[in-house]
Amino acid sequence: MQELWGEHGSDGALSDLRILDFTHYVTGPYATKLLADYGADVLKVERVDGGDGARRMGPFPNDKPHPEKSGMFLHLNTNKRSITLNLKSPQAREIVMRLAESADVMVESFRPGQMAAFGLDYTTLRAVNPQLVMTSISNFGQTGPYRDFRASDLIIYGMGGEMYSTGLEDREPLKLGENLALYQAGAIAATATMGAVFAASGQHVDVSIMETQVGSIDRRMSMLLAYQYNGEISKRSASATAGGYPNGVYICADGYVQISGGRNYFDRVVAMMGAPDALLEERWHTPEAQYDPELEDEFNTYFIPWCLERTKQEVWHLAQEAHVLSGPINATSDLASDDNFRQRSAFAEFDHPVAGKLLYPGRPFTMNESPWSIRRPAPLLGQHTDEVLGGLGYGKEDVAQLRRQGVI
Amino acid sequence: MARLPLEGIRILDMTVVWAGTYCATLLADLGAEVIRLESIKRLPPITRGFMPYPPKSVIEGLPAFVAAMPGREPGKRPWNRYPLFNAHGRNKLGMTVDLTQPSGMDIFKRLVAASDAFVENNVTETMDKLGISYKLMREINPRIIMLRMPAYGNSGAYRNYRSLGVHMEGVIGHTITRGYEDMDQSSSTNVFAADAAGGAQGAFAMLAALHFRKRTGKGQLIELAQAENMIAYTGRFFMDYAMNGRDSGTLGNRHTSAVQGCYPCAGDDRWVNITLYDDDDWSAFCDAIGSPSWTADARFATHAGRYEHQAALDARIAAWTRQHGRYEVMRILQGADVAAGPVMDQRDAFADPHLQERGIFEEVYHEDVEGSHLYVGAPYKMSDAPIKIRSGPVRLGADNEYVYKQVLGVSDEEYAEFERLGHIGMDFPPDAE
Repeated sequence: MQELWGEHGSDGALSDLRILDFTHYVTGPYATKLLADYGADVLKVERVDGGDGARRMGPFPNDKPHPEKSGMFLHLNTNKRSITLNLKSPQAREIVMRLAESADVMVESFRPGQMAAFGLDYTTLRAVNPQLVMTSISNFGQTGPYRDFRASDLIIYGMGGEMYSTGLEDREPLKLGENLALYQAGAIAATATMGAVFAASGQHVDVSIMETQVGSIDRRMSMLLAYQYNGEISKRSASATAGGYPNGVYICADGYVQISGGRNYFDRVVAMMGAPDALLEERWHTPEAQYDPELEDEFNTYFIPWCLERTKQEVWHLAQEAHVLSGPINATSDLASDDNFRQRSAFAEFDHPVAGKLLYPGRPFTMNESPWSIRRPAPLLGQHTDEVLGGLGYGKEDVAQLRRQGVI
Repeated sequence: MARLPLEGIRILDMTVVWAGTYCATLLADLGAEVIRLESIKRLPPITRGFMPYPPKSVIEGLPAFVAAMPGREPGKRPWNRYPLFNAHGRNKLGMTVDLTQPSGMDIFKRLVAASDAFVENNVTETMDKLGISYKLMREINPRIIMLRMPAYGNSGAYRNYRSLGVHMEGVIGHTITRGYEDMDQSSSTNVFAADAAGGAQGAFAMLAALHFRKRTGKGQLIELAQAENMIAYTGRFFMDYAMNGRDSGTLGNRHTSAVQGCYPCAGDDRWVNITLYDDDDWSAFCDAIGSPSWTADARFATHAGRYEHQAALDARIAAWTRQHGRYEVMRILQGADVAAGPVMDQRDAFADPHLQERGIFEEVYHEDVEGSHLYVGAPYKMSDAPIKIRSGPVRLGADNEYVYKQVLGVSDEEYAEFERLGHIGMDFPPDAE
């Protein structure tokens, strides 16, 4: 008989953990990717008809859709094994119950109530494995009036995050980059899951993606507290998050650079610009100067040409030499060709049996005793169904019959 | 009462601004004893304001999320009053020590010997100047876990580069994917998503290392370069580059496959977001809004057609949303199982029945803010562990007595000597940097 759970020889931090993964699209798969990439054995349970919806999200090579070549699926499912199950069938439920007996963690991202409809609610699972940690990820949580509402990353950020004050005052509010809110929710879900694992007593973790925005995404917590403390409603405006000058995005010879050099850091900006005489005059260096719009306009007559004469990389490096907070507005191609990121191995290149060799985002952090590693690329749909069922003791005939019945 | 997961774990917190401090907060939520190390000789940059005793005019000139303290009054201890810090200051202990003095480093070493883990997110050279390294920590305490979270790593050409979240996001390609579709990058306003990302990931990293140590007895060094961490968050755009050599431009509020947008509603500056993933959503949406004649426009007959003609669709959807309140649109559309939700300002959040029922806000008293306010608690729930705000935003040096006397076993005489040397206090001297 095959071993049901594998990879115990791996030296990853989490290589003793056995995880049943019922998640799809972005948030849940990112959480379980983190667990898998640091060593956990993650069994991804996919639908019989087409699997995880991320297999259809793309991007695809040459924009030709293919279920094994979706960039999002390949990115978010490294180091996982895939089995297919029709969870509506009683045989599939029995398989899950048997897997749950020896699992440490189950993570799911169905709509609230769906696991119960499958007969796989936490109370039932805990009865066969009292140590089991179950993490449920949903748009709005397992309880509350919005429990059954649908959402998208735009809607989640609008309700939970700081969208209202993002953007310009005469325009509509703006969201963050695509899926960003969902990745953040995934990182919170991984953290909460590991907290529960460390407690070593089974429990149910309820992650509401909306609450991961209220309670962690950019500026939201402090904006909420600003209202509590002083009744201030955040409004969209170019200067609402900045203050002083230079502060914002400036055009350079070949693109744009973000500089936050106002207020306390103005002296550093003058040094960055080579300390031109005109900017050494006393009037620039009073505490009030940074609040004077006329001085700001005059400053821009020096600063804008200075930026335009340099590339965004040149401005960035000069700014950093002077300890000015800054960064270029890079495209992915700029990032991928950056020597510093390459030399630090921030990207990972590996092969996939169908999609071929590709460059991927690499490790989020290094651990000197228990490294991040890619042991296998994202799985093909149902690639490991036979070996997992074999590990549970199903014979070849049983497996063939389950396949005929559409269970797997 | 059930135990908290990290009870008995002691973590030293030498973090600044947001990512590191928030990381330590997530660990404190789980029950770790997090001791925040600060100095009364030097104000940590941005973290607790820009100067120890700012005049009111400076506080008034700072953005709301940084400095909207009660009345915009600096008060007696301004550093304890910033929303930027207090929003994630919960569940920690505050102690002060001046690490630029040899006696300060002695205190630091005693703390390291008595702790399980250490977290910091300073620029690399700051720790180098203090002489704090993994080698030093390990000599004192072989089981220690050291988590370092610089912007670009502790090695490489950018190891001393200064960054807030917004700058790292520019470097790794997030900024270029957000913003208005019809404007150039100079219209971009600051967001700080990389800080939130680094904080959450740092807490996960620490938990992974604690789990590993429980199994093997080994401590270790974790290095989380915040910019590198965030590359994965741009996954779609990164993979499109990897596969097709393509760079993404700005998508605004659009989606790469769904039809969606942000629409004006009745009221002043009120908005609702709507996402239509497929044909089923479209027909449910049309039914819900009473199937006006424009919904039969041939351009809108297929998902591909609607995606291509989103601008034309926007104008018609907006004409409908303008007639309704933002919550009303949500109720109508969610009632038809269509994804829609209001853009919520702060009043909306505190008044929201869902968030109230879920209990994400907790009332906490803070002495230096003179009163009780609602603070955001942990961003998840556990069935068997009471994850709560156990103590409000940590005040500079508020727990010196406990940390020095109980944790380090310092005598009353020695404590008085440390006070005299300028290690211990709750106030910055007038000449502090």
